[in-house]
This record gives sequence, structure tokens and C-alpha cells, in this order.
Amino acid sequence: MRKKMIAMLLAGGQGSRLYALTKDLAKPAVPFGGKYRIIDFPLSNCVHSGIDTVGILTQYEPFVLSQYIGGGQSWDLNRTGGGTFILPPYQRSGKSDWYRGTANAVYQNLNFIRRWNPEYVAVLSGDHIYKMNYSKMLAAHIAANAACTVAVIPVPLKEASRFGILSTDEHDRITEFEEKPKQPKSNLASMGIYIFSADKLEKYLTEDEANPASQNDFGKNVIPAMLKAGERLCAYRFEGYWKDVGTVESLWEANMDLLAEHPALDLYDQSWKIYSKNPVMPPHVVEKGAVIHNSMVTEGCTVSGLVLGSVLFAGVKIEAGATVEHSIVMPGAIVRAGAHICRAVIGEGAEIGKGAAVGEAGGKIALVGPFAKAADNSVIPGGTVFGREELK
Amino acid sequence: MNEHGILGIIICNMHDELLSEITAHRTIGSVPFGGRYRMIDFSLSNMANSGIKDVGIVPSRNYQSLIDHLGSGQEWDMARKNGGLCILPPYGSGSGVYEGRMQAIAGIENFIRKSAADLVVLSDSDVVANIDLEPVLKQHAETSADITLVYKYTDVFPEGRECVALNFGDDGRLKDLLMRPELSGKQDIYLDIAVIKKSLLEQLISESKSRDEHSFVRFVLKGKASVLNILGYCFDGWSNKLTGLKNYMDSNLALLNPAVRASLFPAERPIYTRVRDEVSARYGSFAEVENSLITDGCVIDGKVENSVIFRGARIEKGAVVSGCVLMHNTVVKSGAVLRHVITDKNVVVSSGEQLSGSEKYPLYIPKGTEL
Repeated sequence: MRKKMIAMLLAGGQGSRLYALTKDLAKPAVPFGGKYRIIDFPLSNCVHSGIDTVGILTQYEPFVLSQYIGGGQSWDLNRTGGGTFILPPYQRSGKSDWYRGTANAVYQNLNFIRRWNPEYVAVLSGDHIYKMNYSKMLAAHIAANAACTVAVIPVPLKEASRFGILSTDEHDRITEFEEKPKQPKSNLASMGIYIFSADKLEKYLTEDEANPASQNDFGKNVIPAMLKAGERLCAYRFEGYWKDVGTVESLWEANMDLLAEHPALDLYDQSWKIYSKNPVMPPHVVEKGAVIHNSMVTEGCTVSGLVLGSVLFAGVKIEAGATVEHSIVMPGAIVRAGAHICRAVIGEGAEIGKGAAVGEAGGKIALVGPFAKAADNSVIPGGTVFGREELK
Repeated sequence: MNEHGILGIIICNMHDELLSEITAHRTIGSVPFGGRYRMIDFSLSNMANSGIKDVGIVPSRNYQSLIDHLGSGQEWDMARKNGGLCILPPYGSGSGVYEGRMQAIAGIENFIRKSAADLVVLSDSDVVANIDLEPVLKQHAETSADITLVYKYTDVFPEGRECVALNFGDDGRLKDLLMRPELSGKQDIYLDIAVIKKSLLEQLISESKSRDEHSFVRFVLKGKASVLNILGYCFDGWSNKLTGLKNYMDSNLALLNPAVRASLFPAERPIYTRVRDEVSARYGSFAEVENSLITDGCVIDGKVENSVIFRGARIEKGAVVSGCVLMHNTVVKSGAVLRHVITDKNVVVSSGEQLSGSEKYPLYIPKGTEL
């Protein structure tokens, strides 16, 4: 049976601005919000939007991600006649290549897409936090008879040069598209979420591939080429929470956003649950003398110290006399007695020694990398990155 | 050990009457425990962690919640093409609805006969413990035991209606046993886990049918002690056999003890349960929580002490919860005070209500009650 729409999820990014966090980990596998990894958001969106076939394009450090995805059962994507498919670069007769860009990655998997023979293809990125019903976007795409629909959101004008910026006419037809413009003409940013009519996707990816000058990128090359060719490109205005968590600061901010009294991203909404691979751990323990205010704490944690305005991931241990403020502490990390953590991101399995000080009030975000060990009484100032290498 | 050489059988409705309040609408196997578990998670995880891949679950009545909880058995890695988890509810006439273990086992005689296993592990689902069964199976294989019983050397339960004290001779063989013993002090208390050769079990099934015997303890353990070589295996970790409402309360609160948690939740032998994709627990600015076990999905802005709070409970600002066990989705509204209370699922306690049991006699609020 012909599929209405399948999704191609770009999950190969290194996320170099997350430094130590992505040293051994693809960016979509970075932990988020106490129980999740970033990729849980697009995957949960897919399954709630009725998309049952998702190709996950991986390249950089794929193992944690592949293991995490497994058979897709955590997202209810272990389906007969569909499901999740990890798509790394592969060897073909005649030529083989790494993924050279977002468009090239999808181009190299055109055969995968053809096998499902879908009418439409959603191209999603694996590094944004948001809840979105792609089926509504598809309805808009079909109603507008578009070749490609780009999801857009207004951003502050001063930040606009970080994004793909587009201009539209009064019917939301895209008239101009510029990737990371120095002088942005509008504040309407592409969210990196595209729906293509499958035949148009194949046509323009094939043309893009044949162009030696192209960087094989959707935003830089494919979308402008389609505009130039006079194709019907439409903007789909998204309303709601959307955050690119590509930097340590933005990752920290997005976690802190969850602690607002009425968070813009409501994880407690039962009608649009974010699924994840749940750890097998007992409920968390709050010991005598512990204080927890305005925070999120999950299974396997033991809290004996002071936790304020923070997000603790599974299996975290905060010893008596330790203080954790405005910080995120990733799975399995230990904060020893008397340590003080403020405005910091503590990586998975890291250990903060007794009396150590990480970050500072009002300062830039401090980052302790996965499995790094900060010695007793050590000082890691705001804005610094402390990884395993720093020990040597 | 041969992976397919062992068949697990879990009997889910034994002892229901001991917790009649909580089992009004469920089997003892599906009684919620410890924030995110159901009783059956312990016996089933023990089997899964000990390499037992085929398990038959034998409910008798009230088993909708049990079937819902177990699903395909995927969380225990028992959703298999061949074997895995098999739920065997009563069917047809004259089979299934049971009063005793022997009758329960006889009701699934065909399931047992067609299994390729040569050994059977029988278990109830009223014991909370993390028991590594591999040493039990090893001991069973190394001795010439016909049956090996897992027991714990412990105090006779104060509420001790349904406990079986085993009496082993100097040679280690079971000599006698006492049901509902008028004993005090420490005894070898049967944990309702038995390892038995499948062919022997089949033989005992036939015999029990022709003699109309329903009880495994009375017919096999007591009746055959002189002819069968029945040995014991002493479990020395933490365990609790549910014996009543006070014991239910006490054993939940026992999880606040780090030594109990260490025995029950070792990292290498996790207790699996159905996954609900709940969000992390959320603490508000007015939360005051101490010495408590809190589960994902909870939203807490009030005072909680010495309590176990299950998934999705909400404790509003100004509410006080002390010495309580609050099951899934309990809502305690602003200003309400609960002391020594067990709430079943979906209970709502309105503002200003004051509910108090005592440490010796907890107050139980049935499922779905709105106060």
C-alpha cells in the first residue's frame, strides 16, 4: 500500500558547539528534560502525527543513538510495514561516500524512500525541542498545492542571522530564502522542518547532486534552487515552543524553561506524550534533611542535599550538604558532599568531588563533560568546559 | 543451565483474602507496590533475571488489571516468538478457577505437559524480594532433591494468618511443616517458591486430580515429605510476604531504609515493570519533602514525609502527607492533612479534609473515592 508520508530524520550532526557533551555522542542523543534525549521529540511528534515510517540518517558517533532507538518500540514505532530505520552512509556499486550535507544525506537514501513509494516526505532535524503535529502541516501543504512547505517561526531580529530567513507574500508563499543572512530582511526563520511532494524532492535532490558547485544543503542550495525554478514553496507558521538546543547555553535554557510555572512546552499534556526509553530504576528517594524546590527529579535519584531550580536525570545522587542550583545534572552523575553547583550542565556519569565549586551565580554556564571527575575542592568557573581530557 | 530447560509458573490469586480491601478489583499479583511496581513484577523479574525465559501466569479472577499490566511481556524481555510470557486465565468448564495451588497447576496441565522444560519453578506473587534463582537451581541440580523450597529464617508474621513454617531435619530434608503456626520467634518461613522436576509435577497433578486434592502445601509438602526428598534453600536478603493491610503499609515504608533498597534494587538485577512514559516528578516552590519515595509523574507542592507516593499523584500547596502510601493519581488538595493513610488509585482528597489512621491500623481509602 502506498504511504501517505514518511519522515527522514537528520540525526548525523556532531553538534560541535555542545563541546564535551557530544564528544562521543551524536547531538540528537544528548539528554534533555530529565527523561529524554533530543530525538524523542521529533520521534514522538511523528508517531502522534500518524507517521509510522521514519528513516534516521546517522553518521557522527552513531552507536549510542542506534542502541537507544533499538527496534523503535519505545515510541510505538516497531510496526509491521513500517517503523524506524537507522540509515548510515553505505557502500554502493560504483561509488560510496560520507553524507556531504543534509540534502546529500537524503539523496543517498532515495532508494529507501522509493521503496515506500510515499506521496509526501517530511524532512526533519534531530536537534530541536518542540511539539508539532506534522499532519496539520501536511494538510496545509496539500491545500496550497505546494512543492515544498517550510515550517517557520518568528525569531528576534538580532538573532535572525543564525537561521534560514525567508520572506513571504500575503498568502504565505515564499518569495525569498536566505540561509544565515548577514542582513536579515525579516524575522521569519525556517525551523528546519520541510514537507516535500515526493516527486519534487527526487527531482531537486537529483539536480542538486549533479551541480558540482552545490554544498548539498537543503537551506543553502535545494530550497533556493526550487525558488529559482519557480516552484510553489509555502511557509507553514508554527505557533508554540520551539528551541534549537545547539549550544550549551541554549540547552541549559531549554531545560530551565521546563521549570517555569506554566512552561511553554507542557510535558505533562497526556494527549501529546513525549515517549522515551525509560530506565529500569526504582522511584527516587528524598532523604531526611533534603530540600527540593522548583525542580524536576526522576527515577533512580537519591537526593540528600539542596536542589533548587534544577533538572536531575535518572540515577543522579546529590549527597548531604551539596547544593545544586539552576543546573542540569545528567544521568548517573554524582555530586559529593559540600559541593556547590550553580548555573552548570553536568554531563552523564560525571562526578563532582567534595567541596568542589562549579559555575557561579549570574555567570556563564559551566560545563562538566560526561564521565569527567572534578577533584575535591576544585573550582570550575562559569563559562568553562571541563572534560575528561582536562585531567591529563 | 539450559535456557529452555526451565518453566516458570506464577500463581496470581493465592492469598487475595489477606488484602481483601486492595484486591477487591484486582489479583494480589496486580496490587501496586513501591511507587511504580505491581506485586507480580518481583516474581517475574526474579525469573527473568535468572535466565528463565518461559513463564506461565495463572490468574483465577479479577485479572483484567493483571493482563493490562503484563501486556506482551516485553518489559521482562518475554515477548518471544517461541515461549516467553503466557497468561493462562480460567476457561471452559471445570478448569481454571482455583482455590489452591495444586488446583491452579492442574488447570494448566496441558500447558505444562507441552513445555519442553524439564524443571519447573513455582512461585506465588505475594512476596516482595529480589531473589537470584540461579543458586537455587544450582543447589537443586547438585543435590538429589525432588523439590527445593525457598524459605527465609525470620520472625513469624505478627499478622501471621497465612504463613507456613518449615521444619527441616538434620539431613536437610523437610520433616514436617506447620500452617498458620501458633509459634513465635524466628522460623524457616516458606516464601512460596518451589523448584520441582516437571515429570514429578505431572505425576503429582494426576494424583491430586484423582484424589481431589487442591493444596500444594498440604498434599505435596506435608503429605509427601516422607517419600519425597524435599530440601530447602535459605534466602538471606530482604523479603516481605504480604499478610494484611498493616503489613502492606509497613513493607512499602520499609523501602525508605537504604539497606532494604540495596537488597531489593541491585543494579545487576533490576525489577522490571510496565513503562508508562511519565514525566519526571515536579517539585514546586512550596514543596517540603523528606524521607520519602517519589515516583515520576508526581507534582508536589505540599509537605510530604515518611511516605511512598506512586506515579502521577498531586500534592497541592499547603497539604500535609505523613506516613502514607498514596497510589497512582491520588490528589491531595490544598490544606488537606493525611496521616497513616493508604489511598488506592484515583482518590481525591478535598481541601481541608483531615484523615488519620494510626501506625498500627492504617486507614484505607478505596479506589476512585472522592472525599
